[in-house]
Amino acid sequence: MLTADFETVLPEVVLAVYAMLALLAAVYTTKDGAARLLVWVTSALMVALAFWIATMDVTEYAFYGMFVSDGYARFAKVTILLSGAAVLLMSQDYMSRQGLLRFEYPILIALATVGMMVMVSAHDLMALYMGLELQSLALYVVASLRRDSVKSTEAGLKYFVLGALSSGLLLYGASLVYGFAGTTAFSGIILAASGEVPLGLLFGLVFVLAAFAFKVSAAPFHMWTPDVYEGSPTPVTAFFATAPKVAAMVLFARVVYDAFGGVIADWQQIVAFLSVFSMFLGGIAAIGQRNIKRLMAFSSIGHMGFALMGLAAGTVFGVQAMLIYMVIYVTMNIGVFAFILSMERDGRPVTGIDALNGYSTREPLRALAMLVLLFSLAGVPPMVGFFGKFYVLRAAYDGGLVWLAVAGVIASVINAFYYLRIVYFMYFGEERDGLDGRMPTTLWVFLMGSAAVMVLGVVNLFGIEPAAAAAALSLVD
Amino acid sequence: MGNLLSLTTFIPLVGAVILALFLRGDDAAAQRNAKWVALATTSFAFVVSLFILFGFDPANTDFQFVEDRDWLLGLRYRMGVDGISILFVMLTTFLMPLVIASCWSVNTRVKEYMIAFLVLETLMLGVFMALDLVLFYLFFEAGLIPMFLIIGIWGGANRVYASFKFFLYTFLGSVLMLVAMVAMYADAGTTCIGACGGGVSLLTHDFSSEPFGLLGMTVVGGMQTMLFLAFFASFAVKMPMWPVHTWLPDAHVQAPTAGSVVLAAILLKMGGYGFLRFSLPMFPVASDIWAPLVLWLSAIAIVYTSLVALVQQDMKKLIAYSSVAHMGYVTMGIFAANQQGIDGAIFQMLSHGFISGALFLCVGVIYDRMHTREIDAYGGLVNRMPAYAAIFLFFTMANVGLPGTSGFVGEFLTLMGVFQVNTWVAVVATTGVILSAAYALWLYRRVVMGDLIKEALRSITDMTGREKAIFAPLVAMTLLLGVYPALVLDIIGPSVAELSDRVETSAAAYEAASQFAEN
Repeated sequence: MLTADFETVLPEVVLAVYAMLALLAAVYTTKDGAARLLVWVTSALMVALAFWIATMDVTEYAFYGMFVSDGYARFAKVTILLSGAAVLLMSQDYMSRQGLLRFEYPILIALATVGMMVMVSAHDLMALYMGLELQSLALYVVASLRRDSVKSTEAGLKYFVLGALSSGLLLYGASLVYGFAGTTAFSGIILAASGEVPLGLLFGLVFVLAAFAFKVSAAPFHMWTPDVYEGSPTPVTAFFATAPKVAAMVLFARVVYDAFGGVIADWQQIVAFLSVFSMFLGGIAAIGQRNIKRLMAFSSIGHMGFALMGLAAGTVFGVQAMLIYMVIYVTMNIGVFAFILSMERDGRPVTGIDALNGYSTREPLRALAMLVLLFSLAGVPPMVGFFGKFYVLRAAYDGGLVWLAVAGVIASVINAFYYLRIVYFMYFGEERDGLDGRMPTTLWVFLMGSAAVMVLGVVNLFGIEPAAAAAALSLVD
Repeated sequence: MGNLLSLTTFIPLVGAVILALFLRGDDAAAQRNAKWVALATTSFAFVVSLFILFGFDPANTDFQFVEDRDWLLGLRYRMGVDGISILFVMLTTFLMPLVIASCWSVNTRVKEYMIAFLVLETLMLGVFMALDLVLFYLFFEAGLIPMFLIIGIWGGANRVYASFKFFLYTFLGSVLMLVAMVAMYADAGTTCIGACGGGVSLLTHDFSSEPFGLLGMTVVGGMQTMLFLAFFASFAVKMPMWPVHTWLPDAHVQAPTAGSVVLAAILLKMGGYGFLRFSLPMFPVASDIWAPLVLWLSAIAIVYTSLVALVQQDMKKLIAYSSVAHMGYVTMGIFAANQQGIDGAIFQMLSHGFISGALFLCVGVIYDRMHTREIDAYGGLVNRMPAYAAIFLFFTMANVGLPGTSGFVGEFLTLMGVFQVNTWVAVVATTGVILSAAYALWLYRRVVMGDLIKEALRSITDMTGREKAIFAPLVAMTLLLGVYPALVLDIIGPSVAELSDRVETSAAAYEAASQFAEN
């Protein structure tokens, strides 16, 4: 029995054991000297795990149903591992130039990834909380990795305090759920949460959803996002904007379907509200931003709103749309952050968008790649970002939420404005003291690759559609 | 030759990719090469498109040259032309080489400029050929990107404002159409236009016209009305119709000459084409219900924007307002929904493509020399530029609708069509003909006639051979269509007849049903 359980969680175990061994090895040997090697080894391991997980195809439960490995979890894990590896590789150059390349960094990222993998596989409130906290604690530390910077430590502290608050909400909600359902296992909760549902259970649900909204940074629980994005070192911001968002969103869907699939109508309105509020707030608040990291924070709030629109539909197709949206979102963000990481003047990072003035005359190819990514973020066809929007709109319409679809497209026009303003700086502006021309090869590859995916994906989305459909089906059924 | 349509559509894109990948540097030689590559590509696309025209069978009202492949999410990559769309395809391929030739004097970021136009051509052709709802939307919206850049990078002093207004205005118009498309997909189960695999098609699917309640009001025409209005929002902005035309004068004034030409001659036609391809055949009942509103909006557009054109100080702005007025005839003809009206609307769109394009080129000719578009800065040009005066006169007259030019046929047919439907609209719209003569001739008098008293104009030179060569095909087409309109009408006739029949029978059936319900 136990052996079979460990076989099911083997990928997580491998990554966790690797992280601890690497920690020991680095502490007792060269310390930061091994950091560069560790970055490469960690990303290689994560990619290898992603391929390994992709080849599995049975649904298995472990530890008396606390942990599940189904198609849905595997889809999310592959996305998380690949995007985590990509961000790790991208960050290496920036971190070493800023003197931040400590050996803890790749190890903490690996531990956060383990936490996310547990989150998406959680089938019990206890496992859920463990995964969530493992992820969060690792992220609090990396947020304040730049120890001598006030902003970075402020970001870490803010993230920690507000994260602790949301954990409190989650625990309170979980205890209510446990109290009224008599179990922490999702398979038990779903039995309690159907038919005549006790009010306390719904209270618990609301608290749990509030905590998740915090984790995906959906408005009105988004307040930490801009400050943490701005204060953290840019590679860490890139990481925040990708893998943890996927993990939290996937967990969100897991809980509302696996544990509360019997009361769809009750959480549907909450999710729809979060969705519409996030889309508009993200779009409107981003207009005033001059700092590209803050701007991307509000942009991510807006995008989470769109992803939640798919979830709000309450259908299999809605989950599929959400998964596709998240994959596309992560791919776009990797490209955009590869670009942001390369924004330097005289060797120092800059984040003001007016520094992009006249960029297209000096670096036409990179500017073009950014143009593609920005229009993709704005959801303008033929970029792949449009298809993400199309899927969630379709899901919302099919789910009977026509008003949400209409609100969504109007919000997408507002969201388009600030992306266009970046294009405006790059293409229409006069050249002033510009950015350095230097761009490390890894960043260049990720920027171009991401932009190419956004254009070429119009052919068939690289086949993620059937994969996402199978994943969604394995969750909802 | 099964892929003739895709071939035509993507030739310009291939040219753009070649330019992007293989052309290095920005010196004079590289700029010249870029222009020649672009000219060769667009000309080649035109030659290929001639095969479509000659292979086209006007008597057959089905879609021809159809290509059909699976795409994402049950969508299809489906292209085809019928009598309604083929001439827009030809208009695009015909005008693009001229547009490229007209940018010969551009010398800033030439390579990017050419790429933008080539990409834009691909997208415009795609709009006219797409036979899948979402594929259409894809081409329709994507066209905003190159146009946004063309206005924003190569435009005039106030280009940023104009480009943002252009993009956001048209984007906002179109997104509601996207929701409507999602709704249509959900309702009909297909996004296919024309007979697809299982025989399901949006053209034969009857969208519900059962009234339903919304926010305490009854929506007459039911789902059709909602869909119609969503599409209307998009096409009316694109067209543009009064009162959502305000982006157009800004965009035209700030856009470079070639951008204005494309905008007026081709991009505006997408709105009219959309009405013919989607609104009329798919929502015939709603079209019938809302036709009076559209007719009156068109009549207001014709009179009001003609009056506005009278007081403009900027030549391009004047022509932009005249475009809005001429598009008023188009919407009027389309929503008259009879054979003459729709024939006239298509004819007017084609003819306006040649005439307004030529007028913007005329402005471009003197703008290149004097770098101002102020009407007051000119006067007496006939003394120094006789050839220019002749060509400008010809297109001014065509714009007014002088018999013998193509402008006359379109206006006459649309007025005839609308007269049978709504006499008062026809009466009001006819006054627009007089007003158009007023502003156009007055513009001509102020710019070309009189004595040459302005010091700056003393050394202005007449048109070069290249400029004359650009105008020659436009003059030829305007005259040809003016004296022999059957050339166009024979091609579009059968398809238009089928379309107007469909609207008529659906509307009649709806009337009968609602009367039956009342009794």
